[in-house]
Amino acid sequence: MRKNHFDLRAQPGFGLITLFTFFALYLPIAALVVYAFNASESLSVWGGFSTRWFVSAWNNDAVQDASIRSIVIALWASTLATLTATMAALATTRTRPYRGLTFKYALINQPLMVPEIVTAVALLIVFSRIKVWTGYSGLGYLVLAHTAFCIPFAYLPIRARLEGMDLTLERAAADLYATPWQTFRRVTLPLLRPGIIAGFMLSFVISLDDVVITEFVKSGGQDTLPTYMLGQLRRETTPEINAIATVFLALSVVLVMIFFFINRKRE
Amino acid sequence: MSGAQKAARAAESRDIRNRWLLSAPALLIVIVAAVGPLFVMLLYSFMVKGDYGDVKFGQFSLDGWSSVLFQRDIFDDTLGLADAHLAIIWRSIKLSFLTTLFTAILGFPTAYFIATRPAKTREIWVFLVTIPFWTNLLIRTFAMQQVIRNEGLLNNALVWLGIIDSPLQIMYTDTANLLGMTYVYLPLMVLPLYASIEKLDFRLVEAGYDLYANRLQVLRRIVLPLVSPGIVAGSILVFIPSLGAYVIPRVLGGGKNMMLGNLIELQFGAGRNWPLGAAISITLMALVMIALLIYVRNAARSGAGHA
Amino acid sequence: MKMKWMTTTASAAIATLALAGNASAAGELNIYNWGDYTSPQLIAKFEKEFDVKVTVTDYDSNDTALAKIRAGGHGFDIVVPSANYVPIWVKQGLLLEARPDQMENFKNVDERWVDVPWDPGRHYTVPWQWGVSGIGVNTAVYKGDINTSAIFLDPPEELVGKINVEPEMNDVLFATIKYFGGDWCTTDKEVLRQVRDKLVEAKTKWLAMDYSVTEKLPTGEYDAVYYWNGAIMRSRLKNADVKFGYPKEGFPMFMDSVAIVKDAKNVENAKLFMNFIMEPENAAMISAYAKYANGIKGSEAFMPEDMKTAPELVIPAEFQDAGAFLETCEPDVQQLYTKIWTELQK
Repeated sequence: MRKNHFDLRAQPGFGLITLFTFFALYLPIAALVVYAFNASESLSVWGGFSTRWFVSAWNNDAVQDASIRSIVIALWASTLATLTATMAALATTRTRPYRGLTFKYALINQPLMVPEIVTAVALLIVFSRIKVWTGYSGLGYLVLAHTAFCIPFAYLPIRARLEGMDLTLERAAADLYATPWQTFRRVTLPLLRPGIIAGFMLSFVISLDDVVITEFVKSGGQDTLPTYMLGQLRRETTPEINAIATVFLALSVVLVMIFFFINRKRE
Repeated sequence: MSGAQKAARAAESRDIRNRWLLSAPALLIVIVAAVGPLFVMLLYSFMVKGDYGDVKFGQFSLDGWSSVLFQRDIFDDTLGLADAHLAIIWRSIKLSFLTTLFTAILGFPTAYFIATRPAKTREIWVFLVTIPFWTNLLIRTFAMQQVIRNEGLLNNALVWLGIIDSPLQIMYTDTANLLGMTYVYLPLMVLPLYASIEKLDFRLVEAGYDLYANRLQVLRRIVLPLVSPGIVAGSILVFIPSLGAYVIPRVLGGGKNMMLGNLIELQFGAGRNWPLGAAISITLMALVMIALLIYVRNAARSGAGHA
Repeated sequence: MKMKWMTTTASAAIATLALAGNASAAGELNIYNWGDYTSPQLIAKFEKEFDVKVTVTDYDSNDTALAKIRAGGHGFDIVVPSANYVPIWVKQGLLLEARPDQMENFKNVDERWVDVPWDPGRHYTVPWQWGVSGIGVNTAVYKGDINTSAIFLDPPEELVGKINVEPEMNDVLFATIKYFGGDWCTTDKEVLRQVRDKLVEAKTKWLAMDYSVTEKLPTGEYDAVYYWNGAIMRSRLKNADVKFGYPKEGFPMFMDSVAIVKDAKNVENAKLFMNFIMEPENAAMISAYAKYANGIKGSEAFMPEDMKTAPELVIPAEFQDAGAFLETCEPDVQQLYTKIWTELQK
């Protein structure tokens, strides 16, 4: 009876806080986008409207190469991390404690525990030996290093999703003679989807952001956008970086819209 | 009876074997590209520091470890606590804790709000949370600067509203660090929370209301306990990276006061004391790891009933 | 049949690989330099002239570059270490003795930069750019003497709370030690105690220890800085009230020099590049991009007008003796300085 005029889910003030959160999230971004169109060289003093920084970013090969490299590495790393982390999460939840469970958990989350610079120096020592032995110095090292530190970021949301998710539906599927794979594909995976999406998005963003480990692991000609910008930090930063960021944002909005429409069509 | 037990045990050991296989790829990657190299660092922390960075390999010393907490005074050569290190460690823990708290206060209602939208639009909201993070950390930190600097959006708005007379000096203070870290790490809190709130069984909430609980009681006694795995995951993801924050104290904090990340960086850089840098980091890691293991053991015990 | 096909393919593949290896080794050059420091025009010109594909990769600190090259497997041919790091590189056997002093264009190097303490006679390195750390002040705010480190160590009332100091340990300690009449690399406890106490006290009057000077000095967010001259010149070009001061008590100079890595794969191209940048017209391109002086005679003629007479780049005679290059201190001295620096930032 009561349900008709009573929203079970509502909590007072939550909508307001959410509104504030999104406002706070987008306010700096709005400033950033506005200054991408600044005519002057300043990041903070408005000098009129201009698209000169988009032109200069477009003509800057170094920036473009670095941006593309960043995205390629982030796609590889977050895909690999999400895949392996999902498997690991399935293996470490909804079970009675077994030998090695805690050990696994500690191991998987280890990349989180160590300040980046330490992993960076350690990887430099190990990878440079391997580079000398094998003669291979491609992007593989960066992908591997990024995947490793993305794994906990993918694992934790997926695990949080799985934990306490009850097994009734899966058992029911098994009772209906579904193979384990069918059960996983048709029952577990759809239930897990929000966790997987959260994990993938997180690890993608984390990979896109990484400076220190990349700085130490990269070989010649492997600057990513963050390491390129790190080099600029000491000298002069112009709205060109805002222009690049704006392009990235536009790109992500387009992706979201595509995603949205694909979803709509499927319904 | 014993035959059934045997079969059950066989099934269980098969299950455990499958679980190891399933987790093998992730474990392998982490071992190769994170844990293994860390052992190199552990070794390094016990070496004599090299003259110009690196270590003198094969010459053992405990100096790196002892100087985490103790140091000889520069001037009178007495052995005392390394109070500079302690001050920096304390600042890092304090700021990281507050960052975790702030992200939770903002993040929980946001995640809850998103999780209670119609299924079709939820993923769009999730995307909306992460879009600002498609720009990288440095740019985001610069953007934050636009908001909090003296002539920035926040101060202008406050002056315009008549709340303050003259701009607040937020830039280059610990407050700037705190705001910056909260901003930067917010999605790390929201996403795990969302993943765990989304699966919340609202029939339990309904049951609560049927028993005449009010909204606050429902939130405290039913919702929060059920989504605690998400809160823990989010807190880990925010707290630990905050401890090692490097760019934010540099840019927003104005570089005047170090945090742990900067202290460690200094040892591997111009300080040229790799063993000390390694020892500080391993100490940090051990502390976090112990706290985490205690949590997991407890969680595994209390969560065992679900399986 | 199948076997034959396989061997043919395999040998073809190997041959292609080998060829590719040769071809690329002949036409490549891998430069490892400070970020945003290498003129793209200069690289384009070199690529065109010698038909070499140049790759530029960035670093942001001497110590990072040193650690990476020392670890090996990096694939770089050229690095650009700062003066006080060159002896470390040489001592650790990381640089090739390329003998630039015997190259054709060496005659263009200014005599001042030939017998430098870090590389006497220039057996390893060629000047890239040099500069100083000094004082930048917004003279609309403060009109007194700015040729002194007192601007950031004992700041006048007008500047308190508006000062930015470069976050570089050696440069800051150098100026402060000189301020108290000490020598660089000193271990004199009395001097060092004064240095520490002064820095700890002065820090309370600073606003920041940050890099973004060209953004914040012209706009008045900072009114005084202790920083590199090139950035202060850029600030003056945006705001004419900004003036540069040479601390009379003593100020550090830096010079980044081009060197060839010992295990470089493209040594010949690297040598070509060394000779190439000693050409005045090319050296001018380096300066025009990064806004610091180079060490090549006659390059002024090719420089942009506003750089030829810039007071930030041409040290007045009266201050010439106050400037000195940072030498490489003994490891235990460096450790002492690190402790002071940590205490300052705790």
